[in-house]
Amino acid sequence: MSVPQASLPPDHGVLRFLTCGSVDDGKSTLIGRLLYDTKAVLADALHAIERTSRQRGLAEMDLSLLTDGLQAEREQGITIDVAYRYFSTGTRNFIIGDAPGHEQYTRNMVTAASTADLAIILVDARKGVLTQTRRHSYIAHLLGIHHLIVAVNKMDLVGYDQSVFARIEADYRDFAARLGIGDVRFIPLSALTGEMVVERGERLNWYQGPTLIEILENAPAAHTERAEPFRFPVQYVCRPRASADPELHDYRGFMGRVESGQIAVGDIVTVLPSGRQSRVCAIQVGGVDRPLAIHEESVTLLLADEIDCSRGDMIVKADEAPSPVREIDAFLCWLSETPLSPARTYLLRHTTREVKARTARIDYRLDLNTLEQGTATTLDMNDIAHLRLKLAAPIFPDPYADNRATGAFILIDESTNNTIGAGMIG
Amino acid sequence: MFERISTSDSLGGHDSHTSRSLAPYAHKPARTQARPGERHARLSRSPVQALGISHPRTLSHLDWLESDAIHILREVAGQCANPVLLFSGGKDSICLLRLAEKAFRPGPFPFPLLHIDTGHNYPEVIAFRDRRAAELGERLIVRSVENSIARGSVVLRHPGESRNRHQSVTLLEAVEEFGFDACIGGARRDEEKSRAKERIMSFRDAFGQWDPKNQRPELWNLYNARAHQGEHIRAFPISDWTELDVWQYIQREGLELPSIYYAHPRRVVRDKGLLRPVTDLTPARPGDRVEEVRVRFRTVGDITCTAPVESEADTVEKILAETAVTTITERGATRMDDQTSEASMEERKRAGYF
Repeated sequence: MSVPQASLPPDHGVLRFLTCGSVDDGKSTLIGRLLYDTKAVLADALHAIERTSRQRGLAEMDLSLLTDGLQAEREQGITIDVAYRYFSTGTRNFIIGDAPGHEQYTRNMVTAASTADLAIILVDARKGVLTQTRRHSYIAHLLGIHHLIVAVNKMDLVGYDQSVFARIEADYRDFAARLGIGDVRFIPLSALTGEMVVERGERLNWYQGPTLIEILENAPAAHTERAEPFRFPVQYVCRPRASADPELHDYRGFMGRVESGQIAVGDIVTVLPSGRQSRVCAIQVGGVDRPLAIHEESVTLLLADEIDCSRGDMIVKADEAPSPVREIDAFLCWLSETPLSPARTYLLRHTTREVKARTARIDYRLDLNTLEQGTATTLDMNDIAHLRLKLAAPIFPDPYADNRATGAFILIDESTNNTIGAGMIG
Repeated sequence: MFERISTSDSLGGHDSHTSRSLAPYAHKPARTQARPGERHARLSRSPVQALGISHPRTLSHLDWLESDAIHILREVAGQCANPVLLFSGGKDSICLLRLAEKAFRPGPFPFPLLHIDTGHNYPEVIAFRDRRAAELGERLIVRSVENSIARGSVVLRHPGESRNRHQSVTLLEAVEEFGFDACIGGARRDEEKSRAKERIMSFRDAFGQWDPKNQRPELWNLYNARAHQGEHIRAFPISDWTELDVWQYIQREGLELPSIYYAHPRRVVRDKGLLRPVTDLTPARPGDRVEEVRVRFRTVGDITCTAPVESEADTVEKILAETAVTTITERGATRMDDQTSEASMEERKRAGYF
């Protein structure tokens, strides 16, 4: 019996994207539609939402129920946390970060945006570009998402009118230009009826561009659009001295993930902060050699010289090393219900490195509705500010706009161990 | 803008990568036809590369998921003083073991393996568990629900009650006994709705409770696995994997599984859309119509609450073909205890279930 080779389609890797919109923009319906039309929804899940739809007296199946997660949220009818969803088109796998659209949940959107390569900004065709459209776009931009798709939803409710779409596009372009948002795509669609999501449908024929799924399938993968320097934060050092194999007694493997760039056997590297140089003599995964490693690969590096190197250090190429800094300027999103206290010392985690940090000054707090800068002496949950932090020991960052992995940090409150701030250096 | 450079595989894989032996993975040849090492770390390449200008592009989705999971395992090892890996003999935790090999070999695992034994497991799974741990040369700790019952910390409502739920108690007892500060588990977000919001590093208080309203924000790949004395972290390295990904990985890596994952004849009763296996623990009830059906298990858990699905798939390839077109979620088809209400998983998780 011949069996289809289910595992061998061309593989374009993984794209992580974010959906943002307000409670009523139909975001949950859009995600439900993407899952449904890519056959990612299975029979029992469908039956469950059919049952619930009936219980609520709805005439049709409510696809938004597919993505409403926890009990409390279901009762309130709104999404209040980040949920992750998965689907595949056979050639590419997608991870959706489902960020809430509710006013006060900036921190959840920041969370979802931090790992996304692309954002879909939902606009209700009847309402056009709203304050929160601008707020979501700004946060996506701030979090370093270079590709935005403005999905003008509910076209079915405006008679599929091209002029409505054109007006929204013009409004948005005007605003995006002022913010310096580069790559924006516009697409009219109806998540409810499915037009231009996965299927083209028949009522938006004036739109000649690709469907939403086509845009997603062809969006550039992370790290592919420009050359990046090699950055390898050390997570763990492997020293299997007790091993029965005498050859392993001197084995010192530096384990980590290539956060950007690539590395090959023979490359000259510098270990930070010591500044010592050496040569990569082997690259391994699970003890098996390979000639090189690229961005996002978790590997083990072996160096030619015996160099002191441990968790928190970073291995870089000798000719493109970042500089040490003990003061950073950054955008910070405050995530905690307890306000920022400028008097307190927090723990800052940058890559695998942890240092103590204190507020030197708050330059300004952003009003996310007007994007105006205001003064602030503290920060409350969901605030975004630009500030300066003093560090007890140096870190080796890149500007966030150049390198998300080495430009980002989190703040931790050591008394509660909670993650209380998300920072972007620059 | 939005012009992705083609990453077609036909433009040449990394032969030097794919021809390596997998010698460090000391395991018996699996029952799959997967060629060892093949597609191990396949790099998709751009046309530019084909012309000899070396600029590797993008990891295949399995390589990406693998690399991500290795990163998470190493974060646990780097941040936690005394972690443990939960190994049930099920397919997800079998993948975790392979990922741990890739993450830490040639060194030993920086954590022991722990199985919470309900006493209601299929013997094939227990035998596999013991053999696999021995092959790896890693320490396996087993703690059983039976002991918790004897101790009085687990009280069954009736003798035949599913012990699935009660594993939580035994697990928390083991966490306390050994002072574990992190439990690495094979849960995936695609398994069930409430899991979709689970963190990669999920915080549990001193009572082992998960509070969905009070989880730490998780940004970039900056995981916060800090815990005070008595609290712990649950870490889920394959959170972002789907059932299909798991099977594809099993195929690619040639991983051996307990035999009950493959189609075999079994005596079952058709009961409310599920196949209830007839075993010593779950004998036929009066009025049951027992039939022998070719089945396989999609998850292996407590005998009293794990149902097989009808299937002819007796190889990984055939399971993959079925999984790719399957119409029932893993838990929906096989977990009798998840059917009670849409929210039943969430209720259990709050109480410390994994």
